[in-house]
Amino acid sequence: MTTIILPPYALGLGCTIDHMDGDVPVLGCDYGPRVAGRPGFWHGGALSGLLEMAAVTAVRSALGIDMHRLKPVNVSVQFMRGGVQKRTYAVGRVIREGRRLVNVSAEAWQDDRAKPLARAEMHVMIAAAKG
Amino acid sequence: MTSSASSNFEPGAPFDFATVADAMKIMGHSAWLDMKRHAEGPDWVEIALPWHADIVADADSGVLASGPIISLMDNATGIAVWKKRGSFLPQVTVDLRVDYMRPARPGATVIGRGECYKITRSFAFVRGVAYDESIDDPVAHVVGSFILVGGETPA
Repeated sequence: MTTIILPPYALGLGCTIDHMDGDVPVLGCDYGPRVAGRPGFWHGGALSGLLEMAAVTAVRSALGIDMHRLKPVNVSVQFMRGGVQKRTYAVGRVIREGRRLVNVSAEAWQDDRAKPLARAEMHVMIAAAKG
Repeated sequence: MTSSASSNFEPGAPFDFATVADAMKIMGHSAWLDMKRHAEGPDWVEIALPWHADIVADADSGVLASGPIISLMDNATGIAVWKKRGSFLPQVTVDLRVDYMRPARPGATVIGRGECYKITRSFAFVRGVAYDESIDDPVAHVVGSFILVGGETPA
């Protein structure tokens, strides 16, 4: 199993690797002031951040740890349900892993994985091998 | 950004960017990111996102993570809808797409300019850019839509 180190932003937001779903890390993030938008609900941006992190983490775990610099190219987020004051989970799924570009999607949910709060489609560039 | 940003906002009250800015200073995610009112026009607003060490993607490079850019643009485009409608009416983000042109310069404040370019009876369409030094050299472009909840806007 690869060791995934989350970026400072993810840790600041309160994200941790909650558990593994097969080979893919599932991120979890508690509700708190740092993710709050309108009273009682998650901020759409915080939810998007969690989705992006889950997407990039899925790419990292597919490629192997820290061998590559990853650059987000674009992301499209769809918001489907308001996130209430609960721990929220997100997992990414690599759809296609090319030599330079990875297509990845991610979903976020609370109690019921079949009822996602939001989903993201993302393109991530594999920029260069580190070092 | 969904609905009112603060329980102090009276639904239907005239829009005032300063009221939103005061709420951003003390409320939740926007306060954590330290977002500030920067500029405004008839159908657009600009919000400033100062650089912070704890919102970077990589501690070594100091490059801002992409997440805070989405939050900045969600706020800027959502507030632009209020600005165009002229009042605090509830709305919900339906989707938002962000294209990342280049990394923001480490240490630089990023400005998010959100514009509401079309409102129908039930939808608002938005676009925007995030930039640091010059709006002609953006960090990111965004496009998105909001559904208007309750109180429809006369087309």
